[in-house]
Amino acid sequence: MRITANREVCCSAGQCTLIAPDLFDQSDEDGSVVLLDAQPGAGRLDVLREIVSRCPSGAIRLEEDPGA
Amino acid sequence: MADALHPPVSLPTQRSCPFDPPDGYSPLRERERITRMSYPGGTPGWLVTRYAEAKELLVHKSFSARQEGIISPVPTELAYDGPAAPGAFAKTDDPVHSKYRKLITGFFTVRRTRQLAPMIERIVHEQLDDLEKAGPGADLVEVFTESVPSRVMCEMIGVPESERKSLQRHVETTGRLSATVPEALAAVSAMSGFLARFVPARMDDPRDDVLGDLIRGGQLTEQELMGMTATLITGAFDTTGNMLAMGVYALLEHPGELAKLKEDPELMGAAVEELLRFLTISHLGASRWALEDVEFAGRTVRKGEVVTVALPAVNRDPERYENPDQLDIGRTDHGHLGLGHGVHQCLGQHLARTILRVGYEALFDRFPTLRLAVPADEIPMRDDFVHYGPGSLPVTWED
Ligand code: HEM
Ligand code: SF4
Repeated sequence: MRITANREVCCSAGQCTLIAPDLFDQSDEDGSVVLLDAQPGAGRLDVLREIVSRCPSGAIRLEEDPGA
Repeated sequence: MADALHPPVSLPTQRSCPFDPPDGYSPLRERERITRMSYPGGTPGWLVTRYAEAKELLVHKSFSARQEGIISPVPTELAYDGPAAPGAFAKTDDPVHSKYRKLITGFFTVRRTRQLAPMIERIVHEQLDDLEKAGPGADLVEVFTESVPSRVMCEMIGVPESERKSLQRHVETTGRLSATVPEALAAVSAMSGFLARFVPARMDDPRDDVLGDLIRGGQLTEQELMGMTATLITGAFDTTGNMLAMGVYALLEHPGELAKLKEDPELMGAAVEELLRFLTISHLGASRWALEDVEFAGRTVRKGEVVTVALPAVNRDPERYENPDQLDIGRTDHGHLGLGHGVHQCLGQHLARTILRVGYEALFDRFPTLRLAVPADEIPMRDDFVHYGPGSLPVTWED
């Protein structure tokens, strides 16, 4: 599983950091997303799906492993 | 083929319980994905009451938040139909919106707002000292809930305490739907007068605060700084104050939930989310208008028509939440739209969360026997304000 975070479309709402501060932070300049860990363990899949559905800009993408 | 249209409704506003959305929403939400609505004066538009459609609308590129096209969903004389003032980004679209929002969001991230916790704690405890001094029977709204958020925001942007109370009154007037035109104009011009004194003075002598940083950033004109400052003041004061008060009222009237919270303080984060969902104090919702004819939720929304997203109804959608009408502070399924969705999702949301968490914690810790000093049905509700909450909350406790 791999996470990508597109800072161009991010609208800095911070849902990602709120839910998983160990995986995401926000920059001090414009609040846009900073990915801290692009490949967390499979145990975080549910949390990440939740973040993808709550991210209001669609900046966060999740590439799930085939067959997972 | 879409079903035939039902006759237009007006925005439901009658509540049979102060904690529940107006009764008229449920049948509409059950009936259809989008409802024909008649705006005051008879202008046709739409109403969205379901969660899925609300989320879709609030990120839809064919819908605008620009002030000049918005019509109030309820009668009011406050309506202003010109464009937003420079820097007042809430009622603008990208790229204007994102230009401003990017300059300010860095101060309102999860991390930055959590760093403000000590300042917020100090203010909360000072106001609770006042509550103690005022003694049993005091009005929690006056002494505590409406003072804390305004003090916090004033401290963040460096507004002197001597100006705060009058600003608070003006913000209140501009959010009172029943205000007359002369009342509203007087409040607006008093606010502008304050900004015209305050902002240039700070530009000459920027302080070590959010406004000072914006000034030093050098990207904003005096007009824009004034618009931005006004947006922060109006965005923070009434919203958070009403939510703080409404949450206390709801917890006192749901003693089982309050007991759970006292037993397990770890639940506070979830409790704040659940209160935001359950109470959704932005009771007039979020409004957008169509930039072009657009197919949405099986209907054609015509260019210029306004759509109101009824956030209180959306947050009680049974398709989205199990037992939506139950206040359950242990609920782990959040994702409510009480703070909006899309690019306009509340700028101050993490600040609000911190104020609410610190506020509830300290209040119930210092006043463990807190209860209403009058019967619950005597609490006046602010139905006629842009943000809903108790008008006063007389409380008492064992000394
Ligand atoms: C519990 C308290 C609060 C509630 C319920 C609340 C609610 C909301 C909602 C529903 C929106 C979206 C409006 C829309 O989409 O049309 C919003 C936007 C906004 N809020 Fe809040 N808010 C709260 C606290 C605050 C605070 C503390 C601030 C202080 C900075 C603030 C500043 C703003 C601003 C500036 C916007 C416009 C954002 C944009 O357009 O990009 N709010 N708020
Ligand atoms: S939730 Fe989405 S929009 Fe918000 S900060 Fe994270 S990536 Fe950006």
